[in-house]
Amino acid sequence: MAVTRHSDAVAPVRSAGPVTIWLSRHTATAAASFGRLVRQPFASLMIILVIAVTLALPAAMNLVIKNFAAISGSWDDALDFSVFLDTGLTVSEAEGIARLIGQRADVADVQLITADAALVEFKQQSGFGDALDHLSQNPLPHTLVVRPSPANTAQSMILLREELTSLPETDIVQVDTEWVQRFHAILEIMQRAILIGAGLLGLAIIVVIGNTIRLEIQNRRDEIEVTKLIGASNAFVRRPFLWSGFWFGLFGSLLALGLVQYGLYLLQPTVARLAGLYQSGLTVLTLDLRDSLSIIGIGVVLGLVGSWFAAARHMRAIEPK
Amino acid sequence: MIQLDNVTKQFPGGHEALSGLTVSIDKGEMVFVTGHSGAGKSTLLKLIALIERPTSGQVLVDGQNTGQVRRRKIPKYRRQIGMVFQDHKLLYDRPVADNVALPLIIAGVGHREASRRVRAALDQVGLLRKEKQNPQTLSAGEQQRVGIARAIVTRPKLLIADEPTGNLDPDLSLEVMRIFRRFNEVGVTLLIASHDIALIDKLGCRRIELEDGRLQQPGHDEFVEDYTEVPLPQGGLDQWR
Repeated sequence: MAVTRHSDAVAPVRSAGPVTIWLSRHTATAAASFGRLVRQPFASLMIILVIAVTLALPAAMNLVIKNFAAISGSWDDALDFSVFLDTGLTVSEAEGIARLIGQRADVADVQLITADAALVEFKQQSGFGDALDHLSQNPLPHTLVVRPSPANTAQSMILLREELTSLPETDIVQVDTEWVQRFHAILEIMQRAILIGAGLLGLAIIVVIGNTIRLEIQNRRDEIEVTKLIGASNAFVRRPFLWSGFWFGLFGSLLALGLVQYGLYLLQPTVARLAGLYQSGLTVLTLDLRDSLSIIGIGVVLGLVGSWFAAARHMRAIEPK
Repeated sequence: MIQLDNVTKQFPGGHEALSGLTVSIDKGEMVFVTGHSGAGKSTLLKLIALIERPTSGQVLVDGQNTGQVRRRKIPKYRRQIGMVFQDHKLLYDRPVADNVALPLIIAGVGHREASRRVRAALDQVGLLRKEKQNPQTLSAGEQQRVGIARAIVTRPKLLIADEPTGNLDPDLSLEVMRIFRRFNEVGVTLLIASHDIALIDKLGCRRIELEDGRLQQPGHDEFVEDYTEVPLPQGGLDQWR
Protein backbone atom coordinates (compact mmCIF):
# COMPACT_ATOMS: atom_id res chain seq x y z
CA MET A 1 0.00 0.00 0.00
CA ALA A 2 1.59 3.19 -1.18
CA VAL A 3 -0.81 5.38 0.72
CA THR A 4 0.88 7.65 3.18
CA ARG A 5 -1.05 8.53 6.23
CA HIS A 6 -0.63 11.47 8.49
CA SER A 7 0.07 10.31 11.93
CA ASP A 8 -2.36 11.57 14.53
CA ALA A 9 0.37 13.51 16.21
CA VAL A 10 1.16 15.53 13.10
CA ALA A 11 -2.30 16.03 11.70
CA PRO A 12 -4.15 19.03 13.13
CA VAL A 13 -7.19 18.23 15.19
CA ARG A 14 -9.88 18.18 12.56
CA SER A 15 -13.49 18.44 13.44
CA ALA A 16 -15.64 15.67 12.01
CA GLY A 17 -17.92 16.22 9.03
CA PRO A 18 -21.04 18.31 9.53
CA VAL A 19 -23.35 15.33 9.13
CA THR A 20 -21.43 13.35 11.73
CA ILE A 21 -21.56 16.27 14.12
CA TRP A 22 -25.26 16.79 13.44
CA LEU A 23 -25.93 13.11 14.09
CA SER A 24 -23.85 12.95 17.23
CA ARG A 25 -25.52 16.10 18.58
CA HIS A 26 -28.93 14.61 17.91
CA THR A 27 -27.93 11.38 19.60
CA ALA A 28 -26.65 13.32 22.59
CA THR A 29 -29.83 15.41 22.76
CA ALA A 30 -31.99 12.31 22.41
CA ALA A 31 -30.09 10.61 25.20
CA ALA A 32 -30.34 13.68 27.43
CA SER A 33 -34.09 13.94 26.83
CA PHE A 34 -34.44 10.25 27.60
CA GLY A 35 -32.43 10.79 30.77
CA ARG A 36 -34.79 13.52 31.92
CA LEU A 37 -37.69 11.17 31.27
CA VAL A 38 -36.11 8.48 33.42
CA ARG A 39 -35.22 10.87 36.23
CA GLN A 40 -38.90 11.64 36.71
CA PRO A 41 -40.21 8.10 36.44
CA PHE A 42 -43.60 8.67 38.02
CA ALA A 43 -44.56 11.75 36.04
CA SER A 44 -43.26 10.22 32.82
CA LEU A 45 -45.09 6.97 33.45
CA MET A 46 -48.36 8.80 34.01
CA ILE A 47 -48.09 10.60 30.70
CA ILE A 48 -47.01 7.46 28.88
CA LEU A 49 -49.95 5.59 30.41
CA VAL A 50 -52.40 8.28 29.30
CA ILE A 51 -51.01 8.12 25.77
CA ALA A 52 -51.05 4.31 25.81
CA VAL A 53 -54.68 4.05 26.91
CA THR A 54 -55.71 6.72 24.43
CA LEU A 55 -53.97 4.86 21.62
CA ALA A 56 -55.03 1.40 22.74
CA LEU A 57 -58.76 2.23 22.74
CA PRO A 58 -59.19 2.91 19.03
CA ALA A 59 -56.63 0.23 18.16
CA ALA A 60 -58.58 -2.40 20.08
CA MET A 61 -61.89 -1.26 18.66
CA ASN A 62 -60.48 -1.40 15.19
CA LEU A 63 -59.30 -4.92 15.86
CA VAL A 64 -62.78 -5.95 16.97
CA ILE A 65 -64.27 -4.55 13.78
CA LYS A 66 -61.64 -6.29 11.72
CA ASN A 67 -62.53 -9.59 13.36
CA PHE A 68 -66.23 -9.12 12.70
CA ALA A 69 -65.49 -8.20 9.14
CA ALA A 70 -63.41 -11.34 8.76
CA ILE A 71 -66.20 -13.50 10.16
CA SER A 72 -68.85 -11.91 7.98
CA GLY A 73 -66.50 -12.22 5.05
CA SER A 74 -66.58 -15.98 5.47
CA TRP A 75 -70.38 -15.77 5.49
CA ASP A 76 -70.20 -14.08 2.13
CA ASP A 77 -68.47 -17.10 0.68
CA ALA A 78 -71.06 -19.46 2.03
CA LEU A 79 -74.02 -17.73 0.39
CA ASP A 80 -76.37 -20.14 -1.36
CA PHE A 81 -79.10 -19.40 -3.85
CA SER A 82 -82.44 -20.99 -3.23
CA VAL A 83 -84.02 -21.59 -6.65
CA PHE A 84 -87.71 -22.35 -6.30
CA LEU A 85 -88.95 -24.12 -9.41
CA ASP A 86 -92.41 -23.87 -10.93
CA THR A 87 -94.87 -26.05 -9.08
CA GLY A 88 -95.95 -28.11 -12.09
CA LEU A 89 -92.55 -29.76 -12.64
CA THR A 90 -91.93 -33.46 -12.06
CA VAL A 91 -89.04 -34.76 -10.01
CA SER A 92 -87.14 -35.98 -13.08
CA GLU A 93 -87.55 -32.58 -14.76
CA ALA A 94 -86.20 -30.95 -11.63
CA GLU A 95 -83.27 -33.36 -11.58
CA GLY A 96 -82.54 -32.47 -15.21
CA ILE A 97 -82.40 -28.77 -14.38
CA ALA A 98 -80.21 -29.51 -11.37
CA ARG A 99 -77.76 -31.38 -13.59
CA LEU A 100 -77.79 -28.57 -16.13
CA ILE A 101 -77.03 -25.94 -13.50
CA GLY A 102 -74.47 -28.19 -11.88
CA GLN A 103 -72.45 -28.19 -15.10
CA ARG A 104 -71.92 -24.46 -14.99
CA ALA A 105 -68.41 -23.31 -14.23
CA ASP A 106 -69.58 -20.71 -11.72
CA VAL A 107 -71.54 -23.24 -9.69
CA ALA A 108 -69.83 -25.42 -7.16
CA ASP A 109 -72.68 -27.65 -6.12
CA VAL A 110 -76.40 -28.14 -6.68
CA GLN A 111 -78.65 -29.93 -4.30
CA LEU A 112 -82.21 -30.82 -5.10
CA ILE A 113 -84.81 -30.75 -2.39
CA THR A 114 -87.92 -32.34 -3.86
CA ALA A 115 -91.34 -31.00 -2.96
CA ASP A 116 -92.12 -34.16 -0.96
CA ALA A 117 -88.90 -33.98 0.99
CA ALA A 118 -89.51 -30.33 1.67
CA LEU A 119 -93.02 -31.06 2.91
CA VAL A 120 -91.80 -33.75 5.29
CA GLU A 121 -89.19 -31.43 6.67
CA PHE A 122 -91.66 -28.59 6.94
CA LYS A 123 -94.16 -30.82 8.78
CA GLN A 124 -91.52 -31.82 11.27
CA GLN A 125 -90.14 -28.41 11.93
CA SER A 126 -93.03 -25.99 11.61
CA GLY A 127 -95.46 -27.57 14.04
CA PHE A 128 -98.23 -27.33 11.43
CA GLY A 129 -98.12 -31.09 10.91
CA ASP A 130 -101.81 -31.78 11.41
CA ALA A 131 -102.93 -28.79 9.42
CA LEU A 132 -100.74 -29.80 6.54
CA ASP A 133 -102.26 -33.31 6.51
CA HIS A 134 -105.54 -31.78 5.42
CA LEU A 135 -104.06 -30.34 2.26
CA SER A 136 -105.17 -32.15 -0.86
CA GLN A 137 -101.87 -31.55 -2.60
CA ASN A 138 -98.36 -30.49 -1.76
CA PRO A 139 -98.18 -26.70 -2.09
CA LEU A 140 -94.39 -26.68 -2.00
CA PRO A 141 -92.25 -26.54 -5.14
CA HIS A 142 -89.06 -28.44 -5.85
CA THR A 143 -86.13 -26.38 -4.66
CA LEU A 144 -82.55 -26.26 -5.87
CA VAL A 145 -79.92 -25.11 -3.41
CA VAL A 146 -77.22 -23.70 -5.64
CA ARG A 147 -73.84 -23.08 -4.13
CA PRO A 148 -71.79 -20.71 -6.30
CA SER A 149 -68.15 -21.57 -6.81
CA PRO A 150 -65.79 -19.60 -4.53
CA ALA A 151 -64.09 -18.05 -7.57
CA ASN A 152 -67.11 -15.84 -8.18
CA THR A 153 -66.81 -12.10 -7.88
CA ALA A 154 -69.63 -9.85 -6.77
CA GLN A 155 -70.28 -9.12 -10.45
CA SER A 156 -70.45 -12.73 -11.57
CA MET A 157 -72.66 -13.53 -8.59
CA ILE A 158 -75.20 -10.99 -9.84
CA LEU A 159 -74.92 -12.46 -13.35
CA LEU A 160 -75.42 -15.99 -12.05
CA ARG A 161 -78.44 -14.88 -10.11
CA GLU A 162 -79.94 -13.21 -13.17
CA GLU A 163 -79.39 -16.26 -15.32
CA LEU A 164 -80.93 -18.56 -12.75
CA THR A 165 -83.92 -16.24 -12.54
CA SER A 166 -84.37 -16.16 -16.29
CA LEU A 167 -84.60 -19.96 -16.63
CA PRO A 168 -88.15 -20.78 -17.83
CA GLU A 169 -88.65 -23.35 -15.04
CA THR A 170 -87.63 -20.95 -12.29
CA ASP A 171 -90.23 -19.30 -10.16
CA ILE A 172 -88.17 -17.27 -7.67
CA VAL A 173 -84.48 -17.08 -6.82
CA GLN A 174 -83.84 -16.09 -3.26
CA VAL A 175 -80.57 -14.92 -1.83
CA ASP A 176 -80.35 -14.15 1.81
CA THR A 177 -77.76 -11.43 1.43
CA GLU A 178 -79.70 -8.54 2.77
CA TRP A 179 -78.91 -9.10 6.40
CA VAL A 180 -75.25 -9.59 5.54
CA GLN A 181 -75.31 -6.30 3.68
CA ARG A 182 -76.95 -4.64 6.64
CA PHE A 183 -74.31 -6.08 8.88
CA HIS A 184 -71.61 -4.72 6.59
CA ALA A 185 -73.24 -1.31 6.64
CA ILE A 186 -73.29 -1.35 10.43
CA LEU A 187 -69.65 -2.38 10.49
CA GLU A 188 -68.82 0.49 8.17
CA ILE A 189 -70.64 2.97 10.36
CA MET A 190 -68.77 1.66 13.38
CA GLN A 191 -65.52 1.88 11.52
CA ARG A 192 -66.19 5.51 10.66
CA ALA A 193 -67.22 6.23 14.24
CA ILE A 194 -63.98 4.70 15.47
CA LEU A 195 -62.07 6.80 12.96
CA ILE A 196 -63.71 9.96 14.25
CA GLY A 197 -63.15 8.86 17.84
CA ALA A 198 -59.53 8.04 17.06
CA GLY A 199 -59.11 11.49 15.54
CA LEU A 200 -60.44 13.11 18.70
CA LEU A 201 -58.26 10.90 20.89
CA GLY A 202 -55.28 11.79 18.72
CA LEU A 203 -56.06 15.42 19.36
CA ALA A 204 -56.18 14.63 23.06
CA ILE A 205 -52.71 13.07 22.85
CA ILE A 206 -51.38 16.17 21.12
CA VAL A 207 -52.86 18.31 23.89
CA VAL A 208 -51.49 16.07 26.66
CA ILE A 209 -48.00 15.98 25.21
CA GLY A 210 -48.13 19.67 24.32
CA ASN A 211 -49.07 20.52 27.88
CA THR A 212 -46.33 18.33 29.31
CA ILE A 213 -43.75 19.94 27.05
CA ARG A 214 -45.09 23.37 27.96
CA LEU A 215 -44.46 22.62 31.65
CA GLU A 216 -41.00 21.32 30.82
CA ILE A 217 -40.27 24.53 28.93
CA GLN A 218 -41.46 26.58 31.91
CA ASN A 219 -39.21 24.57 34.22
CA ARG A 220 -36.19 25.08 32.02
CA ARG A 221 -36.87 28.70 31.28
CA ASP A 222 -33.56 29.91 32.70
CA GLU A 223 -31.62 27.37 30.71
CA ILE A 224 -33.40 28.38 27.50
CA GLU A 225 -32.71 32.03 28.23
CA VAL A 226 -29.01 31.41 28.86
CA THR A 227 -28.54 29.27 25.76
CA LYS A 228 -30.31 31.86 23.65
CA LEU A 229 -28.12 34.52 25.17
CA ILE A 230 -24.98 32.76 24.03
CA GLY A 231 -26.23 32.29 20.52
CA ALA A 232 -28.53 29.27 20.41
CA SER A 233 -31.07 29.32 17.61
CA ASN A 234 -34.71 28.46 18.18
CA ALA A 235 -34.10 25.15 16.42
CA PHE A 236 -31.33 24.30 18.85
CA VAL A 237 -33.43 25.15 21.87
CA ARG A 238 -36.41 23.28 20.46
CA ARG A 239 -34.52 20.06 19.82
CA PRO A 240 -34.55 18.49 23.31
CA PHE A 241 -38.27 19.17 23.64
CA LEU A 242 -39.01 17.53 20.30
CA TRP A 243 -37.04 14.53 21.51
CA SER A 244 -39.10 14.46 24.71
CA GLY A 245 -42.24 14.39 22.59
CA PHE A 246 -40.74 11.63 20.50
CA TRP A 247 -39.98 9.49 23.54
CA PHE A 248 -43.44 10.02 25.03
CA GLY A 249 -45.02 9.03 21.72
CA LEU A 250 -42.77 6.00 21.28
CA PHE A 251 -43.18 4.59 24.78
CA GLY A 252 -46.87 5.44 24.83
CA SER A 253 -47.48 3.51 21.62
CA LEU A 254 -45.34 0.57 22.73
CA LEU A 255 -47.32 0.35 25.94
CA ALA A 256 -50.53 0.63 23.90
CA LEU A 257 -49.42 -2.38 21.86
CA GLY A 258 -48.74 -4.24 25.08
CA LEU A 259 -52.20 -3.38 26.42
CA VAL A 260 -53.94 -4.55 23.25
CA GLN A 261 -51.95 -7.79 23.15
CA TYR A 262 -52.72 -8.44 26.80
CA GLY A 263 -56.39 -7.82 26.13
CA LEU A 264 -56.29 -10.36 23.31
CA TYR A 265 -54.58 -12.82 25.60
CA LEU A 266 -57.39 -12.40 28.12
CA LEU A 267 -60.00 -12.98 25.39
CA GLN A 268 -58.31 -16.05 23.95
CA PRO A 269 -59.96 -18.77 26.16
CA THR A 270 -63.44 -17.30 25.64
CA VAL A 271 -62.98 -17.24 21.90
CA ALA A 272 -61.65 -20.77 21.93
CA ARG A 273 -64.81 -21.89 23.72
CA LEU A 274 -66.98 -20.06 21.20
CA ALA A 275 -65.05 -21.63 18.36
CA GLY A 276 -65.57 -24.97 19.99
CA LEU A 277 -69.33 -24.40 20.16
CA TYR A 278 -69.45 -23.58 16.48
CA GLN A 279 -67.04 -26.36 15.67
CA SER A 280 -65.25 -23.90 13.51
CA GLY A 281 -61.69 -22.83 13.15
CA LEU A 282 -62.60 -19.41 14.49
CA THR A 283 -59.40 -17.61 15.38
CA VAL A 284 -58.94 -14.10 16.61
CA LEU A 285 -57.09 -11.78 14.30
CA THR A 286 -54.22 -10.24 16.25
CA LEU A 287 -52.20 -7.13 15.55
CA ASP A 288 -49.90 -7.90 12.68
CA LEU A 289 -46.60 -6.17 12.01
CA ARG A 290 -48.22 -3.50 9.85
CA ASP A 291 -50.80 -2.64 12.51
CA SER A 292 -48.14 -2.52 15.20
CA LEU A 293 -45.86 -0.32 13.14
CA SER A 294 -48.68 2.06 12.28
CA ILE A 295 -49.64 2.39 15.95
CA ILE A 296 -46.02 3.16 16.84
CA GLY A 297 -45.79 5.55 13.90
CA ILE A 298 -48.98 7.35 14.90
CA GLY A 299 -47.79 7.62 18.50
CA VAL A 300 -44.43 9.07 17.49
CA VAL A 301 -45.97 11.53 15.03
CA LEU A 302 -48.51 12.71 17.60
CA GLY A 303 -45.72 13.13 20.15
CA LEU A 304 -43.67 15.19 17.74
CA VAL A 305 -46.64 17.31 16.67
CA GLY A 306 -47.64 17.98 20.28
CA SER A 307 -44.16 18.98 21.35
CA TRP A 308 -43.66 21.01 18.19
CA PHE A 309 -46.77 23.05 18.89
CA ALA A 310 -45.78 23.65 22.49
CA ALA A 311 -42.20 24.51 21.56
CA ALA A 312 -43.17 26.83 18.73
CA ARG A 313 -45.78 28.51 20.88
CA HIS A 314 -43.75 29.04 24.04
CA MET A 315 -40.18 29.23 22.78
CA ARG A 316 -40.56 32.60 21.11
CA ALA A 317 -41.86 34.09 24.32
CA ILE A 318 -38.62 33.30 26.13
CA GLU A 319 -36.10 35.88 25.05
CA PRO A 320 -33.15 37.08 27.11
CA LYS A 321 -33.79 40.34 28.90
CA MET B 1 -14.69 47.37 16.65
CA ILE B 2 -17.71 49.07 18.16
CA GLN B 3 -19.20 52.25 16.81
CA LEU B 4 -22.28 53.91 18.25
CA ASP B 5 -23.67 56.82 16.28
CA ASN B 6 -26.12 59.14 18.01
CA VAL B 7 -27.83 56.20 19.66
CA THR B 8 -30.98 56.75 21.63
CA LYS B 9 -32.84 54.02 23.46
CA GLN B 10 -36.23 54.78 24.83
CA PHE B 11 -38.11 52.13 26.74
CA PRO B 12 -41.86 51.78 26.64
CA GLY B 13 -43.17 54.22 29.19
CA GLY B 14 -40.89 56.98 28.01
CA HIS B 15 -37.77 56.34 30.08
CA GLU B 16 -34.76 57.23 27.97
CA ALA B 17 -31.84 54.95 28.87
CA LEU B 18 -29.47 56.34 26.27
CA SER B 19 -29.73 59.78 24.69
CA GLY B 20 -27.82 60.53 21.51
CA LEU B 21 -24.79 58.50 22.55
CA THR B 22 -21.80 58.44 20.21
CA VAL B 23 -18.99 56.12 21.23
CA SER B 24 -16.16 54.43 19.37
CA ILE B 25 -14.06 51.52 20.56
CA ASP B 26 -11.10 50.35 18.51
CA LYS B 27 -10.02 46.81 17.83
CA GLY B 28 -7.90 45.43 20.63
CA GLU B 29 -9.00 48.02 23.17
CA MET B 30 -10.07 47.25 26.68
CA VAL B 31 -12.67 49.80 27.69
CA PHE B 32 -14.78 50.20 30.80
CA VAL B 33 -18.23 51.67 30.90
CA THR B 34 -18.91 53.30 34.24
CA GLY B 35 -21.69 55.25 35.80
CA HIS B 36 -24.36 54.95 38.46
CA SER B 37 -27.08 52.37 38.32
CA GLY B 38 -29.51 53.38 35.62
CA ALA B 39 -26.94 55.46 33.79
CA GLY B 40 -27.35 53.23 30.74
CA LYS B 41 -24.36 50.85 31.09
CA SER B 42 -26.38 47.69 30.73
CA THR B 43 -28.49 49.16 27.95
CA LEU B 44 -25.33 49.92 26.00
CA LEU B 45 -24.17 46.31 26.32
CA LYS B 46 -27.61 44.99 25.46
CA LEU B 47 -27.63 47.01 22.26
CA ILE B 48 -24.32 45.44 21.29
CA ALA B 49 -25.58 41.94 22.14
CA LEU B 50 -28.80 42.66 20.24
CA ILE B 51 -30.86 41.95 23.32
CA GLU B 52 -32.31 45.37 22.71
CA ARG B 53 -32.58 47.49 19.59
CA PRO B 54 -31.93 51.24 19.56
CA THR B 55 -34.88 53.58 19.16
CA SER B 56 -32.76 55.67 16.84
CA GLY B 57 -29.14 55.81 15.75
CA GLN B 58 -26.74 53.17 14.53
CA VAL B 59 -24.73 50.48 16.28
CA LEU B 60 -21.88 48.98 14.30
CA VAL B 61 -20.04 45.94 15.63
CA ASP B 62 -17.00 44.66 13.75
CA GLY B 63 -18.13 46.56 10.68
CA GLN B 64 -21.60 45.04 10.89
CA ASN B 65 -24.63 47.28 11.18
CA THR B 66 -26.66 45.61 13.92
CA GLY B 67 -29.80 47.28 12.61
CA GLN B 68 -29.56 45.04 9.57
CA VAL B 69 -29.25 41.81 11.56
CA ARG B 70 -32.64 40.19 11.23
CA ARG B 71 -34.34 38.41 14.06
CA ARG B 72 -33.53 34.95 12.72
CA LYS B 73 -29.87 35.88 12.33
CA ILE B 74 -29.46 37.10 15.91
CA PRO B 75 -28.23 33.72 17.26
CA LYS B 76 -25.49 33.61 14.62
CA TYR B 77 -24.58 37.20 15.39
CA ARG B 78 -24.35 36.53 19.13
CA ARG B 79 -22.00 33.61 18.57
CA GLN B 80 -19.24 35.98 17.52
CA ILE B 81 -19.43 37.85 20.84
CA GLY B 82 -18.35 36.51 24.19
CA MET B 83 -20.62 37.57 27.04
CA VAL B 84 -19.97 37.58 30.77
CA PHE B 85 -22.73 38.36 33.24
CA GLN B 86 -22.83 39.58 36.80
CA ASP B 87 -24.82 36.53 37.90
CA HIS B 88 -22.68 34.16 35.80
CA LYS B 89 -25.77 32.61 34.21
CA LEU B 90 -24.33 29.13 34.54
CA LEU B 91 -26.45 26.01 34.24
CA TYR B 92 -26.40 24.10 37.49
CA ASP B 93 -27.73 20.85 36.11
CA ARG B 94 -24.40 19.99 34.47
CA PRO B 95 -20.72 20.04 35.32
CA VAL B 96 -18.34 22.91 34.70
CA ALA B 97 -16.94 21.42 31.49
CA ASP B 98 -20.41 21.07 29.96
CA ASN B 99 -21.18 24.68 30.83
CA VAL B 100 -18.06 25.85 29.07
CA ALA B 101 -18.74 23.55 26.11
CA LEU B 102 -22.22 24.95 25.52
CA PRO B 103 -21.25 27.66 22.99
CA LEU B 104 -19.23 25.07 21.06
CA ILE B 105 -22.15 22.65 21.01
CA ILE B 106 -24.39 25.44 19.79
CA ALA B 107 -21.86 26.28 17.09
CA GLY B 108 -21.75 22.62 16.06
CA VAL B 109 -18.12 21.94 16.92
CA GLY B 110 -17.19 18.27 16.97
CA HIS B 111 -16.87 16.48 20.26
CA ARG B 112 -13.12 15.98 20.26
CA GLU B 113 -12.32 19.50 19.17
CA ALA B 114 -14.82 20.85 21.69
CA SER B 115 -13.34 19.03 24.67
CA ARG B 116 -9.87 20.16 23.66
CA ARG B 117 -10.99 23.79 23.54
CA VAL B 118 -12.93 23.48 26.79
CA ARG B 119 -9.83 22.29 28.56
CA ALA B 120 -7.79 25.10 27.05
CA ALA B 121 -10.37 27.68 28.14
CA LEU B 122 -10.59 26.26 31.66
CA ASP B 123 -6.83 26.26 31.84
CA GLN B 124 -6.88 29.96 30.94
CA VAL B 125 -9.02 30.78 33.96
CA GLY B 126 -7.19 28.30 36.18
CA LEU B 127 -10.05 25.88 36.71
CA LEU B 128 -8.89 22.87 34.73
CA ARG B 129 -8.96 20.73 37.84
CA LYS B 130 -12.60 21.50 38.51
CA GLU B 131 -13.98 20.63 35.09
CA LYS B 132 -16.04 17.73 36.40
CA GLN B 133 -17.52 19.57 39.36
CA ASN B 134 -20.94 21.11 39.49
CA PRO B 135 -20.73 24.93 39.35
CA GLN B 136 -22.75 25.07 42.55
CA THR B 137 -19.83 23.61 44.48
CA LEU B 138 -17.58 26.46 43.34
CA SER B 139 -17.05 29.83 45.01
CA ALA B 140 -18.53 32.97 43.47
CA GLY B 141 -15.17 33.94 42.01
CA GLU B 142 -14.67 30.50 40.52
CA GLN B 143 -18.16 30.54 39.08
CA GLN B 144 -17.44 33.83 37.42
CA ARG B 145 -14.27 32.38 35.96
CA VAL B 146 -16.32 29.51 34.55
CA GLY B 147 -18.54 32.16 33.00
CA ILE B 148 -15.48 33.79 31.47
CA ALA B 149 -14.18 30.46 30.17
CA ARG B 150 -17.55 29.91 28.50
CA ALA B 151 -17.39 33.39 26.96
CA ILE B 152 -13.93 32.91 25.46
CA VAL B 153 -14.13 29.24 24.47
CA THR B 154 -15.28 30.16 20.96
CA ARG B 155 -12.36 32.62 20.68
CA PRO B 156 -14.48 35.69 20.02
CA LYS B 157 -12.90 38.92 18.86
CA LEU B 158 -15.15 40.87 21.19
CA LEU B 159 -15.96 40.20 24.81
CA ILE B 160 -18.58 42.18 26.67
CA ALA B 161 -19.08 41.89 30.40
CA ASP B 162 -21.85 43.37 32.50
CA GLU B 163 -20.66 44.00 36.05
CA PRO B 164 -18.49 40.88 36.07
CA THR B 165 -17.14 41.69 39.53
CA GLY B 166 -20.40 42.96 40.96
CA ASN B 167 -20.71 40.10 43.41
CA LEU B 168 -17.03 39.61 44.17
CA ASP B 169 -14.78 40.92 46.90
CA PRO B 170 -11.85 43.17 45.87
CA ASP B 171 -9.24 40.38 45.67
CA LEU B 172 -11.40 38.16 43.49
CA SER B 173 -12.40 41.18 41.41
CA LEU B 174 -8.80 41.97 40.69
CA GLU B 175 -8.15 38.39 39.72
CA VAL B 176 -11.04 38.43 37.28
CA MET B 177 -9.84 41.70 35.80
CA ARG B 178 -6.36 40.30 35.35
CA ILE B 179 -7.81 37.42 33.41
CA PHE B 180 -9.60 39.92 31.20
CA ARG B 181 -6.36 41.83 30.80
CA ARG B 182 -4.60 38.72 29.53
CA PHE B 183 -7.20 38.15 26.88
CA ASN B 184 -6.86 41.77 25.87
CA GLU B 185 -3.14 41.19 25.41
CA VAL B 186 -3.76 38.56 22.78
CA GLY B 187 -5.99 40.90 20.81
CA VAL B 188 -9.48 40.45 22.23
CA THR B 189 -11.48 43.67 22.38
CA LEU B 190 -13.20 44.04 25.73
CA LEU B 191 -16.06 46.23 26.83
CA ILE B 192 -16.77 45.94 30.52
CA ALA B 193 -19.52 47.65 32.46
CA SER B 194 -18.54 48.29 36.05
CA HIS B 195 -18.98 50.78 38.83
CA ASP B 196 -15.83 49.71 40.66
CA ILE B 197 -13.82 52.82 39.79
CA ALA B 198 -11.02 52.07 42.21
CA LEU B 199 -10.40 48.75 40.48
CA ILE B 200 -10.59 50.28 37.00
CA ASP B 201 -8.07 52.91 37.99
CA LYS B 202 -5.70 50.13 39.02
CA LEU B 203 -5.87 48.66 35.55
CA GLY B 204 -5.49 51.98 33.77
CA CYS B 205 -7.87 51.41 30.90
CA ARG B 206 -10.00 53.86 28.99
CA ARG B 207 -13.24 54.70 30.69
CA ILE B 208 -16.53 55.67 29.15
CA GLU B 209 -18.54 57.33 31.85
CA LEU B 210 -22.26 57.52 31.41
CA GLU B 211 -24.70 59.67 33.25
CA ASP B 212 -28.38 59.62 32.47
CA GLY B 213 -27.67 58.00 29.14
CA ARG B 214 -25.15 60.62 28.06
CA LEU B 215 -21.39 60.63 27.82
CA GLN B 216 -19.85 62.26 30.87
CA GLN B 217 -16.21 62.60 29.92
CA PRO B 218 -14.05 60.12 28.12
CA GLY B 219 -10.87 59.61 30.07
CA HIS B 220 -7.72 57.58 29.80
CA ASP B 221 -6.14 57.09 33.17
CA GLU B 222 -2.52 56.27 33.73
CA PHE B 223 -1.40 52.79 34.51
CA VAL B 224 -1.18 52.38 38.22
CA GLU B 225 -0.32 48.76 38.35
CA ASP B 226 1.81 46.87 35.93
CA TYR B 227 -0.52 44.07 34.99
CA THR B 228 2.19 42.40 32.91
CA GLU B 229 3.62 41.07 36.13
CA VAL B 230 0.69 38.73 36.46
CA PRO B 231 2.12 35.27 35.81
CA LEU B 232 0.72 33.58 32.75
CA PRO B 233 -0.74 30.11 33.08
CA GLN B 234 1.48 27.21 32.22
CA GLY B 235 2.13 26.97 28.53
CA GLY B 236 1.37 30.63 28.06
CA LEU B 237 -1.29 32.09 25.86
CA ASP B 238 0.03 30.49 22.70
CA GLN B 239 -1.52 27.30 23.82
CA TRP B 240 -4.91 28.88 23.85
CA ARG B 241 -4.59 30.91 20.67
